[in-house]
Amino acid sequence: MDESNESTITRREMIAATTTAVTALAFSGMTGVQATSIQHTVPLSLAQVSFTVNGRAQSLNMDTRTTLLDALREHLQFTGTKKGCDHGQCGACTVLVNGRRINSCLSLALQHQGDTITTIEGLGTPDKLHPMQAAFVKHDGYQCGYCTPGQICSAVAVLNEIKAGIPSHVSASLLEKPVATNMELRERMSGNICRCGAYSNIAEAMSEVAQKQA
Amino acid sequence: MKTFTYERVNTPVEAAAAAARTPGAKFLAGGTNLLDLMKLEIEAPPHIIDIGKIGLDKIESTPAGGLLIGALVNNTDLAAHSIVRRDYGLLSRALLAGASGQLRNKATTAGNLLQRTRCPYFYDTNQLCNKRVPGSGCAAIAGFSRQLGIIGTSNACIATYPGDMAVAMRALDATVETVNAKGAKRALSLDRFYRLPGQTPHLETILEKNELITAVLLPPPVGGVHIYHKVRDRASYAFALVSVAAIIQKNGSGRVAVGGIAPRPWRVEGAESLLPSGAKAFAAQLLTGARPTKENEYKLALVERTVAAVLNEANH
Repeated sequence: MDESNESTITRREMIAATTTAVTALAFSGMTGVQATSIQHTVPLSLAQVSFTVNGRAQSLNMDTRTTLLDALREHLQFTGTKKGCDHGQCGACTVLVNGRRINSCLSLALQHQGDTITTIEGLGTPDKLHPMQAAFVKHDGYQCGYCTPGQICSAVAVLNEIKAGIPSHVSASLLEKPVATNMELRERMSGNICRCGAYSNIAEAMSEVAQKQA
Repeated sequence: MKTFTYERVNTPVEAAAAAARTPGAKFLAGGTNLLDLMKLEIEAPPHIIDIGKIGLDKIESTPAGGLLIGALVNNTDLAAHSIVRRDYGLLSRALLAGASGQLRNKATTAGNLLQRTRCPYFYDTNQLCNKRVPGSGCAAIAGFSRQLGIIGTSNACIATYPGDMAVAMRALDATVETVNAKGAKRALSLDRFYRLPGQTPHLETILEKNELITAVLLPPPVGGVHIYHKVRDRASYAFALVSVAAIIQKNGSGRVAVGGIAPRPWRVEGAESLLPSGAKAFAAQLLTGARPTKENEYKLALVERTVAAVLNEANH
């Protein structure tokens, strides 16, 4: 395979091109129906929303159905945030909204009028990594990397939640301040799935950051 | 997802009035359950009323010594609230046993009460389900029913109420407060809030059309040892096979509600006088009339053993 050719097309473009091809095939297979004659029977519903992403004000007019995840990825090109299951089960889409972690796939963009959103791109840059990013690199907190942006956003929020005294299912006492033990970190990270199974290294990375912050 | 129109409202009464104007409209609070179901087109509202920013996000002590929890207080804030942790530990424990950190940050108190079942036949739109399509039949009863209900069910539906929070609230004698489009308020005791399925499993609560939950009221704290014991297939982030919410007093009396076995948090006040006699006697009374399937009859023993574990823990 010609490597120089391959490098001219990104994986996103590749997927987009493939999707277009498949769609075209599907339309050409429909007898008597031209692609141009296909129309929405229900008119699209559009609405306006304004929020801040990674420190920059954004204003979007979009299909009401757009999730925060799709707004970030498809409208604003913050593709660091990943779409895994799209049903709130895997955590790959985790972002911080007003400092708190949520599944961006289970939220309409329209619900975030006036909110402050931070994605993995807003935490650090390749030249200036966030301490949690640096710790993930140091401890091999990933293999394929697909879940990693969600893991890191979640991990940053978990340490803040522990600092704020929010208890967890494994906290022995509801009244004492929680401590960032390995079991606490694992329980609090259960909404982020890693199919490569980097869990123990993720917990090590988080543990190191927690100790440095203490 | 089906297309929908969208509006933001500013007050609870405005929200109820907006719902009254558009048949089939849905309130959107956290959205963690509704959007999931909309993606699968199990829910397809033509109009969404976003109530996310209408207030109702406070937790306040009442003059009578109870606690008023705003409908839009999220699960994290409720579980972490100092009065809840101190006086209603059962509620904190139930919330922390449910979902994931991300979901608890978004999910609201009212939304949690109204979350739909996780019966796999309700979620799979290729299957028959009387809850999803009234009158279509139930594929669960003769299907894979290991997770499903053993009591309070009917020959039309064996789905369970999936949540944890409401099980604790049932043991705490909570009341659901509502408002309608005319501004009229109602207070609905949680013991009659959820309907049993009968032949109409798609009707899950006694809420009227366009009625909006504004708060949940907890009566003054009753002391005792608070325990929420959840048995599930994974150690974290899984729905209950069986959960037991218990408040046990020093003299052995107490209150116990059970989750994961019925279409609503299952509590039988008449059985609670048997708690000092032990789990076996209590569970036998609690589960009188149970109709398990071959696949979920293990839950009969699991309820008894989980109650036994809870009573044992309370005595230590």
